[in-house]
Amino acid sequence: MALEKITMPQLGESVTEGTITTWLVKPGDKISKYDPIAEVMTDKVNAEVPSSFSGTIKELTAEEGETLAVGEVICHIEIEGGESEITSSTSNEPNGKTTEDTKEADEDQSMKKRYSPAVLRLAQENDIDLNLVNGTGRGGRITRKDIEKIIASGEIPTQKEEQVVREQESASQQQVQPKQTIKSDENTTKAGDVEIPVTGVRKAIAQKMVTSTTEIPHAWMTIEVDVTDLVRLRNSLKTEFKAQEGYNLTYFAFFVKAVAQALKEFPQLNSTWAGDKIIQRKDINISIAVANEQELFVPVIKHADEKSIKGIAREINELAIKARSGKLTSEDMSGGTFTLNNTGTFGSVQSMGIINHPQAAILQVESIVKRPVIINDMFAARDMVNLCLSLDHRILDGLICGRFLNRLKEILQQTNEETTSIY
Amino acid sequence: MAVMSYIQAVTTALREEMQRDEKVFILGEDVGKKGGVFKATDGLYEEFGGDRVLDTPLSESAIAGVGIGAAMYGMRPVAEMQFADFIMPAVNQIISEAAKIRYRSNNDWNAPITIRAPYGGGVHGALYHSQSVEAVFANQPGLKIVMPSTPFDVKGLLKAAIRDNDPVLFFEHKRAYRLIKGEVPDEDYVLPIGKADVKREGDDITVITYGLGVHFALQAAEKLAEDGIDTHILDLRTVYPLDQEAIIEAAKKTGKVLLVTEDNKEGSIIGEVAAIIAENCLFDLDAPVMRLAGPDVPAMPYSPPMEKFFMINPDKVEKACRDLAEF
Repeated sequence: MALEKITMPQLGESVTEGTITTWLVKPGDKISKYDPIAEVMTDKVNAEVPSSFSGTIKELTAEEGETLAVGEVICHIEIEGGESEITSSTSNEPNGKTTEDTKEADEDQSMKKRYSPAVLRLAQENDIDLNLVNGTGRGGRITRKDIEKIIASGEIPTQKEEQVVREQESASQQQVQPKQTIKSDENTTKAGDVEIPVTGVRKAIAQKMVTSTTEIPHAWMTIEVDVTDLVRLRNSLKTEFKAQEGYNLTYFAFFVKAVAQALKEFPQLNSTWAGDKIIQRKDINISIAVANEQELFVPVIKHADEKSIKGIAREINELAIKARSGKLTSEDMSGGTFTLNNTGTFGSVQSMGIINHPQAAILQVESIVKRPVIINDMFAARDMVNLCLSLDHRILDGLICGRFLNRLKEILQQTNEETTSIY
Repeated sequence: MAVMSYIQAVTTALREEMQRDEKVFILGEDVGKKGGVFKATDGLYEEFGGDRVLDTPLSESAIAGVGIGAAMYGMRPVAEMQFADFIMPAVNQIISEAAKIRYRSNNDWNAPITIRAPYGGGVHGALYHSQSVEAVFANQPGLKIVMPSTPFDVKGLLKAAIRDNDPVLFFEHKRAYRLIKGEVPDEDYVLPIGKADVKREGDDITVITYGLGVHFALQAAEKLAEDGIDTHILDLRTVYPLDQEAIIEAAKKTGKVLLVTEDNKEGSIIGEVAAIIAENCLFDLDAPVMRLAGPDVPAMPYSPPMEKFFMINPDKVEKACRDLAEF
């Protein structure tokens, strides 16, 4: 026998740590190589950690909810060593038969806890603790015949062990209890209320938002941009574009492009707070907020400054499809340097975004609204949009952000059929 | 007790019934002088004459229709469809008339007709000579569909079909005709229609099938027994209406059920068998109910490798059985 460690895996290029959300195994469990042992959350991605070995879980060194750096040990696993080791270790045991048993148990046990209706019924009727039964079916499954043999033999696995387990369980429950009893009146549910446990992505969003708002001193700024020409340009192209390319030429793609261009000129906004230093990023990777019914994701358009409007539109489309079908990978969501939030899709005209930690700023693109505007002392009907910037006041000040926004405004207002190609 | 082939059992049952009851007569294409294309009615024309063994035109609708009319007037016709594949022109007569006359006339009329037809593949018969058509008729209350597997069952069930006071479709597997031999008692006996039969006792897995599938299952069971896998085999014998009691009992016996038919899988008889098991046996099931059937393609191919692919055989049954046993 040898003791091996399983460590927090690197789940994505830029991921440095992971939080164990759920343990899928407990000490004593026999597992096969590649069996999932824990659910780990990083950067809004949930992933399962597969076992690197076949063997028996010895000890879990991390608790649920604990965050560990990549490479840190999360559990110990006992694996069977060479043939000679097995015999030497088992020869000490009083029962020679166990050699065979343990060997068999080492095989695939993935079906061990899959009980058929017949097995469950027989186990209940005869008070058999299925945890104590060895299965002979595929993947260690306990078959109806296994149970029938036990019943016929009269050697029903003792209940004593089961009771010990139960006592332990109830004891541990009691320990947990006091925490749960602290419940204010407002948190109690009444008939008809629905309790939704905060887990997984929701929990990650909550934690990240709390970190952002408590750590980052937010400041806000809004400018109004006349995008009449941009709207005209986009409308002149959109039908043909859709027919040719198969996806929509959205306004958002124009904004991503313009922001990327402005960031190139104002790298201060394309930076990260790192405690004792500010890191100005060279790459311009725009995080975009994409939501499905329950969850919010921020996949990243990498090197947005090097892409055409068409390329960006294509990427937005692909990322949105992935987000809606839950197929985003941590790779898709890592490396963002600045976030653009398309709040306009909800009809919003003004909002205060929470910065996507640890970035320096987030820009909300609001609804484009046709409004009367005075140009040369005359009223004109113009397509207007508000851009709302939230900035990390540790990194940025009003002056630089004001310049950035004005430059952005300039770029957007100059976006028209003569100056801009989407290809 | 004599050993005879499946088709000899057909002929024997027909002869004995014609001897026993002069109202019994045969009609079909080439059933008379030629004695049938498979020789199922061989010698009956000579023995009973042209009035009781009628050669008909190539018109299945007429064969069924004439038979139904005669049956309603008190005769006991045994109509032969040369191949089950050719029964389609007669479907309207069978489903809309024969199956429903008793109900429609409030018991004033009934149609005690037996319609025999060779079905099934594995004989290089291709599209028009290989079909399994039982599912077409298997949701028509008023009809009975008998599909025997052994010469013993053929004799007892064909006699029962002829004596039955309502229409019975009697499908004979054409490959079984000369392939399957078995002991058949000389005396007169009938077997109950609507009753399945346990063809092999076992307690590891249950195979429920009918027709030639029974023999494939029996062969597979022999091989499985060498490895200690004990197969329980239920022969449905009557595929409509199904013997629910026997199906439930057989399924409960092992909790691992394989259903076998050579018909196309979707919509076949065994789908209904699976439903009966699902409705009644949940807490005895130890594995998903499995089906082994022909693929869902329109027809039996002519090409031998493709026909082999389409057809079930003992190897396929054995493989499916092993898979289930190991589950």
